[in-house]
Amino acid sequence: MLKFLLRRILIMIPLIIGITFISFAAMSLIPGNFVANLALDPKISPQVLKQMEAEFGLDQPLLLRYARWLWGIAHLRLGVSLAYRVEVAHLIGPRVLNTVILALSSMALSWALAIPIGIIVAVRQNSILDRTLSFLAFLGMSVPAFFLAFLAIDFALWSGWFPIGQTLSPDYATLDFWSRIADRVDHLILPVLVLGLAGVASLMRLMRSQILEIKNADYVRTARAKGLSETAVFYKHVLRNALNPFVTMAGYSLADLLGGAALVESVMNLQGLGLLLLNAVLKRDVPLVMGSVLMGAVLLLVGNLLADLALIAVDPRVDFATLEAQ
Amino acid sequence: MNARAAIAPAAARNPVNGARRGWRAALRDEWRMASLTVKLSALLLLLFYLFAAASPVIAPYNPARQWRELPDCAPMRPHLAPPSEWRRGFIYAFPMRLDNPLARHYVEDHSRRTFVRFFDRGHLFTTAPGAPPFFLMGSEGLGRDLFSRIVYGARVSMCIGLVGVAISFSLGIMVGAFSGMAGGLTDSAIMRVCEIEMSLPSFYFLLALAAVIPSGLGTTATFFMIVAIMAFISWAGFARVIRGMAASVRSAPYVEAARALGGSRRRLLFRHIIPAVMGFAAVSASLSIPGYILGESALSLLGLGIQEPAASWGNLLSQAMDPQTIAYFPWVLAPGLFISATVMAFNFLGDHLRDRFDPANSG
Repeated sequence: MLKFLLRRILIMIPLIIGITFISFAAMSLIPGNFVANLALDPKISPQVLKQMEAEFGLDQPLLLRYARWLWGIAHLRLGVSLAYRVEVAHLIGPRVLNTVILALSSMALSWALAIPIGIIVAVRQNSILDRTLSFLAFLGMSVPAFFLAFLAIDFALWSGWFPIGQTLSPDYATLDFWSRIADRVDHLILPVLVLGLAGVASLMRLMRSQILEIKNADYVRTARAKGLSETAVFYKHVLRNALNPFVTMAGYSLADLLGGAALVESVMNLQGLGLLLLNAVLKRDVPLVMGSVLMGAVLLLVGNLLADLALIAVDPRVDFATLEAQ
Repeated sequence: MNARAAIAPAAARNPVNGARRGWRAALRDEWRMASLTVKLSALLLLLFYLFAAASPVIAPYNPARQWRELPDCAPMRPHLAPPSEWRRGFIYAFPMRLDNPLARHYVEDHSRRTFVRFFDRGHLFTTAPGAPPFFLMGSEGLGRDLFSRIVYGARVSMCIGLVGVAISFSLGIMVGAFSGMAGGLTDSAIMRVCEIEMSLPSFYFLLALAAVIPSGLGTTATFFMIVAIMAFISWAGFARVIRGMAASVRSAPYVEAARALGGSRRRLLFRHIIPAVMGFAAVSASLSIPGYILGESALSLLGLGIQEPAASWGNLLSQAMDPQTIAYFPWVLAPGLFISATVMAFNFLGDHLRDRFDPANSG
């Protein structure tokens, strides 16, 4: 177990270096940088610009800058944002929390909807209900999350039931503990509905095909033959096995969720990692972009690792050795 | 429709007597077998590709032409003209008059009519040069015709999937087939690289890379930069699947036989392994097209993709980023319907192709 964890964590290091280096190089190879953007402002004199360039180290070669950044990371320093002049960690911290809350609650919503619907549909295979829901699932899969977000904003404007944009109310700091939670939930409902519903369709289809496949497996027939009740067969044999791929999926769908969350955040104007990254990219704020990309990559890798560990806990056929062999 | 073309040879033999049939006959049989939804999807895609190929004809106006006096104008209702006026045109609409410029509130001007003329001056339909415009889907903030812009935007959205898939498809199939055939250390090294690629936080990475695209670049160059970035992110997953198939084909008797007969590596790769995985590859290629369309739309929506004044369905939708706009001018969401419809059609078609040509995955 320890060896497995150690190996997985060690593998992450070259991975993260690769990801960050490509992003860093991409950000640096383009003509222009943060200071060059400022140069358009006639109120800032060339001397000040030169000084800023030297201060941010933008006049140094790419590899040196990257090495410096990496050195900072090794000391758990993400650097200082060029645009906000604040430690990147202070900017990213609360945003990561918001994005993770959004991604996890959407995942919970789509699982809570997709699993029961998938079961019902699979049990009544080829009924009108099955056909209708499967068709709707296809429609649902095709509507992009950002379009759903627009529709949600339209709905919120029309009904006036939900706050639009922002993750917290302006007076959040003055609220007591329970009002804070209520405020968060109030702002979260619409984005979670958008992201969660966007994910339901494909999960439901997966659940359906899983159950249909397992329903005819040998061990299910054996369980029936030895006289288990239909309920026991379903819950202990069919359902448990059908859920296994969902555990693996949880890790990998995190990538989609983070990406989807980034888009929905940008469209609905929520304070999350995605919107922060977008603005940083537009401003060429290299330390902030790098910090966000790094956080995204770490969230994803840790998510995958947790999913693998969960799979080991759930599925007795999978252990550390088989996961390593893959 | 490259997926269809690539698959056609597989169905080109009569299953009963083994006689070769033309691809036209094969295509006709495919059409007969397809369900109604699949047929509708194919027709819809055909229509949108027609938009892309013949946009100057189908669009009623120049997509850059601005009617400054008609910004954010609502879609106009077409009326059927009485037979006595059919010499002037079958369809007419009442011109819009800006009633309240601040609220952009319009009223129909019933004192005049603008006739829609079909097959006129090289357009499918348009209005006379001096006459007020007919906005089928309304106009946007600068008074440009939204429908014309959508038709031109189809060029980007409909092509990006094909070009992107062509790149990641050829890259993935070469790397995957080679890796699967080679086996051993080469294989595992290549697969590790693929895994690294697959574990990238793709959207964050896409955002960071999209910043590379210089803002002054032309539309075509931007288009290819976007395609290249997305193909670079997505080829790995594809290569992995192909590699798995190639590895299983490698020990198949006919490949062994070819090797025993002294076939060179290249011959094995191109004559035996790649053709064997082609059908599957074509199916998964067609299933990955929507990803490209959505990726481009998302980037353009956020202002990192295709730039104004060129139109793409994504950047047309970026107007809707302002909640006020959605509330008062809901027709700006129309490009989103086009994106959804296209993605849906590709999904239906890809699913059908998978059922038809990929027996391993019939779920």
